[in-house]
Amino acid sequence: MLSFVLRRIGQSVLVLLVVGLVAFSMFNFVGDPIDNMLGQERTQEDIDRLRAQLGLDQPFPVQYVRFLQEAVQGNFGVSYRQGREVSEIILERAPATLELAMISAIFAVVFGIAFGVYTAIRRDGWLANFIMSASLIGVSLPTFLIGILLIYLFSVELGWLPSFGRGEVVDIGWWSTGLLTESGRASLILPSITLGLYQMTLIMRLVRSEMLEVLRQDYIRFARARGLADRSIHFRHALKNTMVPVVTIIGLQLGAIIAFAIITETVFQWPGMGLLFINAVQFVDIPVMAAYLMLIAVMFVVINLIVDILYALIDPRLRGADA
Amino acid sequence: MTETTETRTASIPAKAPTRLRRALDSDLFYAFRRSPVAMVSAAVAALLILAAVFAPLVAPTNPFDPASLNLMNGFTPPGQANAFTGDSFWLGTDDQGRDIFSTILYGLRISLFVGFSAVLLAMVLGIILGLLAGYVGGWTDTIIMRAADVQLTFPSILVAMLIFGIAKGITPVEYRDQMAIWVLILAIGLSDWVQFARVVRGSAMVEKSKDYVAAAQMIGRPSLAIMLRHVLPNVMSPVLVIATISLALAIIAEATLSFLGVGAPPTQPSLGTLIRIGQGFLFSGEWWILFFPACTLLALALAVNLLGDWLRDALNPRLK
Repeated sequence: MLSFVLRRIGQSVLVLLVVGLVAFSMFNFVGDPIDNMLGQERTQEDIDRLRAQLGLDQPFPVQYVRFLQEAVQGNFGVSYRQGREVSEIILERAPATLELAMISAIFAVVFGIAFGVYTAIRRDGWLANFIMSASLIGVSLPTFLIGILLIYLFSVELGWLPSFGRGEVVDIGWWSTGLLTESGRASLILPSITLGLYQMTLIMRLVRSEMLEVLRQDYIRFARARGLADRSIHFRHALKNTMVPVVTIIGLQLGAIIAFAIITETVFQWPGMGLLFINAVQFVDIPVMAAYLMLIAVMFVVINLIVDILYALIDPRLRGADA
Repeated sequence: MTETTETRTASIPAKAPTRLRRALDSDLFYAFRRSPVAMVSAAVAALLILAAVFAPLVAPTNPFDPASLNLMNGFTPPGQANAFTGDSFWLGTDDQGRDIFSTILYGLRISLFVGFSAVLLAMVLGIILGLLAGYVGGWTDTIIMRAADVQLTFPSILVAMLIFGIAKGITPVEYRDQMAIWVLILAIGLSDWVQFARVVRGSAMVEKSKDYVAAAQMIGRPSLAIMLRHVLPNVMSPVLVIATISLALAIIAEATLSFLGVGAPPTQPSLGTLIRIGQGFLFSGEWWILFFPACTLLALALAVNLLGDWLRDALNPRLK
């Protein structure tokens, strides 16, 4: 078990090193930092001095190691566009994205499991069929169109919910939350649905197919023969056994939700990290792009690692030599 | 039953059947004729592709020719005559008086061009790397598949955005708008090769151990020829399925990037750019500027998606 965990951690570190190399190369390929820092009236002497001062005359591997040292401490330099520390900007934007992602994940899990169980139990019911067809359309619809559709329906036509921004936020230390005010909660509804819809259909389809598989098993038939109530069979016996793959998918989708927040945040002008990233891409703000890339990489790698380790704990066969 | 058998036997000519005849007699075409969903999807996709290819002939106006534009025609609702000029447009006009129907046709052209080119790039790259990984094996395999793993850690749309950002940084400012379409193709294509590489690698590893490959090796065919002439044709059917599904994904990816403002520029608007433009007018009631491009995108994505699903089932021997 220990060697399995160690090997997985080793692989994760390798992935992070490669992503770090990509992030680091971005600084080198795109523009010359000296150009960005010195004005028009520079002499070759100035350039050489600054180059030596910044360590840019060092060989590539040395510079890379220095970059990694700084990155581990969360130092990605100064944003070209805003002129502030990148870490500071990201820290400021993180609560908005994390809150949105969390609410979306809860929405996706709760409704995904509920719809999945329902469509599996009432397999041929008209409502189950309707949910299944609706989910097919939901998957084909690009996220940004879903967002626009919801805004048009609930903000423009009905006027029930706000169409952009976070509403009023309350600061708790460095964390700002929209959950404590009414306008903050109202502002969360449409973006969370937009962001979580795809994951919801994914979870729903998975739960449904797993449930159908499990309901065919002998122990369910024996439970019925024992005269147990339907409710007890469906939820105590069947649902429990469908949960292993579902938990895996939920774990892996968590990272995807945070990454896909870029689209939702743009549609709803949500002041999170995704909007920050897309603005950075538009204005080629390399430090912000690099930092966001590293952050997402760390998040994905950690989530993957946890899921793998959990898997190995649940299923001993995976601890084998070639896992 | 006997009657049909007789007529079929009778109709088979003595000489070898033509390519068209063979295609029409194939299992795939039979499955196609039996699936209404596939036929409707194919019809919709074909219609949209033809409309895009012949856009200059079909479109009533050229929306990018400033001479044909009249700003007074701006915001004409669909099917109604403009209050100032009396001109009427089938699907209305946008803020600059451009005919929405024409902009959709030209936008469709860009969307489809980017989609097809990106999938082609991903496919060629994926096939080459997949064949190398599967057939050569060893270190080549390890390096290629590790790279694939790292890339799979990220959603492909994020990879595409990143590539777009870097490419934008490298190209000089004055060429950025002209290059945007090519950068977009590169970004989407490079973000999507992993799927192809994995499937080709898997199939190539299976094919490699078969007798016909051993025979080819024994008569001294060079490795490159074995890979391309012998192994490749046998791994093509899953590649086709992935290509179709990837096309739908690439079209949506292009639309998403353009919608986010990191894709096709307003001077060469794709469907996504049109939706981005239309979104600004949704709140003031000019719904048609957004609605019709969105519907076109949806029809295209849905048709290609359903076609891909059908193809996957039809080519899957286990489902027969």
